[in-house]
Amino acid sequence: MSFANVIRRRLILLVFVVFGVSLVTFAMSHMIPGDPARMMAGERATNEMVAHIRQLLGLDRSLPLQYIGYVRDLLHGNFGISIRTQRPVLNDLLLFFPATIELAIAALLFAILLGIPLGIVSAIAKDRAIDQVTRTISVTGISTPAFWLGLLLIYLFYGRLGIFPGSGRIDGAPPLRITGLYTLDALVTGDWPALRSALSHLVLPALTLGFVHLGIVTRQVRSAMLEVLQEDYVRTAKAGGLSRPRIILDHALRNALIPSVTMIGLAFGDLLYGAVLTETVFAWPGMGNYVVQSISALDFPAIMGFTVMASTAYVLVNLMVDLTYMFLDPQIRGVG
Amino acid sequence: MTAIDKSPLAASQVDLVGISEARAGAIDWRYVWYQLRQSPLALLGLAIIAIVLVVMAGAPLIAPYDPNRLDLLHRLAPPSLEHWFGTDEVGRDLLSRVLYGARVSVTVGFAVVGISMGVGTLVGAFSGLAGGRTDTVIMRIMDVLLSFPSFVMAIALAAALGPDLINAMLAIAIVRIPFYVRLTRGQALSLRERPYVKAAVTFGARPLTIVRLHIIPNALAPIIVQSTLDIGSAILTASALSFIGLGAQQPTAEWGAMVSNGRDFLLDQWWYPTFPGFAILVTAVGFNLFGDGLRDIFDPRLRGK
Repeated sequence: MSFANVIRRRLILLVFVVFGVSLVTFAMSHMIPGDPARMMAGERATNEMVAHIRQLLGLDRSLPLQYIGYVRDLLHGNFGISIRTQRPVLNDLLLFFPATIELAIAALLFAILLGIPLGIVSAIAKDRAIDQVTRTISVTGISTPAFWLGLLLIYLFYGRLGIFPGSGRIDGAPPLRITGLYTLDALVTGDWPALRSALSHLVLPALTLGFVHLGIVTRQVRSAMLEVLQEDYVRTAKAGGLSRPRIILDHALRNALIPSVTMIGLAFGDLLYGAVLTETVFAWPGMGNYVVQSISALDFPAIMGFTVMASTAYVLVNLMVDLTYMFLDPQIRGVG
Repeated sequence: MTAIDKSPLAASQVDLVGISEARAGAIDWRYVWYQLRQSPLALLGLAIIAIVLVVMAGAPLIAPYDPNRLDLLHRLAPPSLEHWFGTDEVGRDLLSRVLYGARVSVTVGFAVVGISMGVGTLVGAFSGLAGGRTDTVIMRIMDVLLSFPSFVMAIALAAALGPDLINAMLAIAIVRIPFYVRLTRGQALSLRERPYVKAAVTFGARPLTIVRLHIIPNALAPIIVQSTLDIGSAILTASALSFIGLGAQQPTAEWGAMVSNGRDFLLDQWWYPTFPGFAILVTAVGFNLFGDGLRDIFDPRLRGK
């Protein structure tokens, strides 16, 4: 399949996925027990008022018409009004989005910077003690409930040692908003106290979220390395008398990292999952924290808005990862 | 064994459709056990699973107290000889609650995998066997479903169904179905071309019979690996939903809900959220280690390495 063909196929799939997500969230908002119009009108509203709101919301129309209206609203960025904050859901999500991105990037950096070396070492020393230790770390990472790890870290580093703050994103005033990523904004504007505070707030949540991811990265790099080390060209390089570090770094690693790119990217979904839990534990004002608070307030417009936005982001990231992968892999690129 | 089976004529007929091959495809458990014994980590996983199952079955015999017995005089007591894991804010014994919690949390894990595997395997087997347009339509739908972030979908689904453990379980199970559909369908596609399956079709065997006798037994190995790994992640996901308030509700002794309740007491009563969370970790490690071990055994690409 050529490069252009793959992109075309993926874009068609993308349309269907977004359509599917909208269908699912639409169906869900109709599964919810209770009458949204009555909920919005409040407890003391008269029947006429409820009927009026129902008409305003379009709930008196047929289901297909309601669905078309819903999709039209989504396309216009109208995700409805949050019952809890009384603000448009999209505004809320955009407000909290940068915090989640900042946390995810920090966690991913931690996982990759530590996970790739661990995976390499583990593959080279397969079945030796260090491999068993690394594999145990990676299985533990995958098996750790992120919310629980976060609590342990808070207890240890905030409660006992008092080294890092246990909640929030920053003490004092946030830096001038440019990207919404506090660390980056503080760096750009040279706001050093803010940078210091933002970084110290970032450490524990990033460790929590990153540790789960570390297991995934290590495992993936290890198995990709093992596969590549079996290849003929590695044996040829060995026979040709190349030094072991050169074989590993120049020949094996570069090829092992290509499949790892997709895996690490695909794990973005797990990152979203972990972010919801991590943000809840650390009161990190991101989208995950927002959705959990919306859940306890039964704020369905907010929950469904989050679902649409998170799913779309997930699909887009996966698409970008796949394209990067195809670009990196000479076998596919060559055919295109 | 009948006399006919032993005759050379019957044997050659049998070989024509490859019945021996069909049988060889099924899992040789003695070989699996032999391989497992070579892998200390997989054995550790198996041991953990065995202990967890014993705890589930014998909770009333092992637990020192009734998990729901209130003891207001000993609220938030630290770990001691009387209460190994300490007590919670109404004086319930945390060790007993963690032990009983295995029944809830691990059962949820098995149930989730049972539902998603059962439905997914059947749909996948029929889709692969049917081929053609039916298969294309089913697989395109699965492609779309697989592109959803499963946890986000589980949150939305559980929220829409209402906060309840059964609903959380269903939500997790539903979003896992496409994985099994794709897995079994891939196996069915290749098995469909085997002589013994073609022979069965020729002789007019019904699809259900073919799926039951030929497709599922021969596709079993990857399904078992996937489902073992999934039990661990289902337990984690269910406890996560409980933690954010979408799963088990008070006073159910469920691990995620216990961590959630204990969160408020973290700084002064560290034991409260720590032990239930540790139980989740150990159980998930058990299933993941064992699943990894099984995958190494069943994956022919890894076998030689």
